[in-house]
Amino acid sequence: MGEVLFQEGDIVLPGDTVAKGMDLLPARGTYRDGEEIVATNIGILKRRDNIINVIPLFGPYVPRVGDQVIGKVIEVGYSHWVVDIGTPYPAVLLVKDGVSEYVDLEKVSLDRFYKKGDLIVARILKKEDPTFIRITTRGPGLKKLTGGKIIEITPYKIPRLIGKEGSMVNMIKNKTNTNIIAGQNGWVWISGDPLDELKAAKAIEIIENQAHTQGLTEKVEKFLGGEK
Amino acid sequence: MSYEKRFDGRAFDELRPIDIKIGVIKNAKGSAMFKIGDTIAIAGVMGPKEVHPKHLRNPEKGILQVHYDMMSFSVSDRARPGPDRRDIELSKVIKNALEPALILNDLPETGVYLYVYILQANAGTRCAAVCASSLALAHAGIPMKDLVPAVAAGKVADKIVLDLSKEEEDHPEGATDMAIAMVPRGEKITLLTMDGNISDKELRQALEYAKKGCMQIYKLQKEALRKFLKGEEK
Repeated sequence: MGEVLFQEGDIVLPGDTVAKGMDLLPARGTYRDGEEIVATNIGILKRRDNIINVIPLFGPYVPRVGDQVIGKVIEVGYSHWVVDIGTPYPAVLLVKDGVSEYVDLEKVSLDRFYKKGDLIVARILKKEDPTFIRITTRGPGLKKLTGGKIIEITPYKIPRLIGKEGSMVNMIKNKTNTNIIAGQNGWVWISGDPLDELKAAKAIEIIENQAHTQGLTEKVEKFLGGEK
Repeated sequence: MSYEKRFDGRAFDELRPIDIKIGVIKNAKGSAMFKIGDTIAIAGVMGPKEVHPKHLRNPEKGILQVHYDMMSFSVSDRARPGPDRRDIELSKVIKNALEPALILNDLPETGVYLYVYILQANAGTRCAAVCASSLALAHAGIPMKDLVPAVAAGKVADKIVLDLSKEEEDHPEGATDMAIAMVPRGEKITLLTMDGNISDKELRQALEYAKKGCMQIYKLQKEALRKFLKGEEK
């Protein structure tokens, strides 16, 4: 019978032996070395039945089909847009995935829909290899963003920012009077009064820095509670 | 004349004082500073990013690119800015020392860019660079099998010593220094560069010293990471 050497929720470091025994299975963030299961990332230990996971605290965004992301148009082509979504290689948005109406490419420049520098909420449609990612802006909640600003946090901390059924992000929205959209790629869009935007950004920074601690909601509430 | 007592009064198998800081560069994905004695190395990691030139890309796994450089003010004579022959060689050596510990299979076609600079040099810069780099890579969230500690061991006059200082390297009776990086899991040596003469028996003893030193540094590296994560809690 295998044994887990850390408590659930403990912070582990790369090279830490987290468990021993062949009946336990290494999953994300771990690898097997003989009898032992070893962590590969700085992260939080999670165990489900006999599967050992380490949820990383830091790391690059790895796109998955279906993720809602925030991107920035960096190039407008003849029949597509190139969008930076924080991955090593930018994503491609084809006309048919970008707009719902018929577009006569001979007559219309794609600038009409999305210009260079525009921010969009998109969904990952297809990922063939890391150099070719296709996204779409057709679907519920997917749109062009106007105004506001973007801040970047570690992608793995987005679930913490959103909270249970959006509790955390809704609290920040209500208390700072801003609109916030979080992309799975770690880009967070904040829109509102400039001072409110700054305050929301600070609150998100607290979450980013303390995502692995207990009682995070109270801390953020305390930070925001001072003034309405 | 033999070497009875070390210039700085350390025991022969004692490390210089070590100071480690994580997350010193805010704009980098991961960063670390490693100070051992008067040697200071600072490392920053960018990426994974796209790789140029394109022929370096590997569709099977990510690549690691290392830029090691010494600051102009790091040595007593002004070092010419930019990488020289030695810097390019050490970049390669550091890359080889770190690569066996990294798991880059999940990052195909991409490159991890590691920049490591020596702010102050007093012997053992490549070891300090390896120590700082492995911490910066861990902070950047690059999957790895283990952290990589590194330390120099060698011979000063007729004594085997651990972690030579510049003074000892320039000992009038000659000195040999041997840099060693080790993956503690399985005690795999990933870097061994030597400069000077040493006998078979002495080499084995120096290796023993270095392994012990590496394990001490490894402990300090982990402590520093834990402390950094605790600090984030505040």
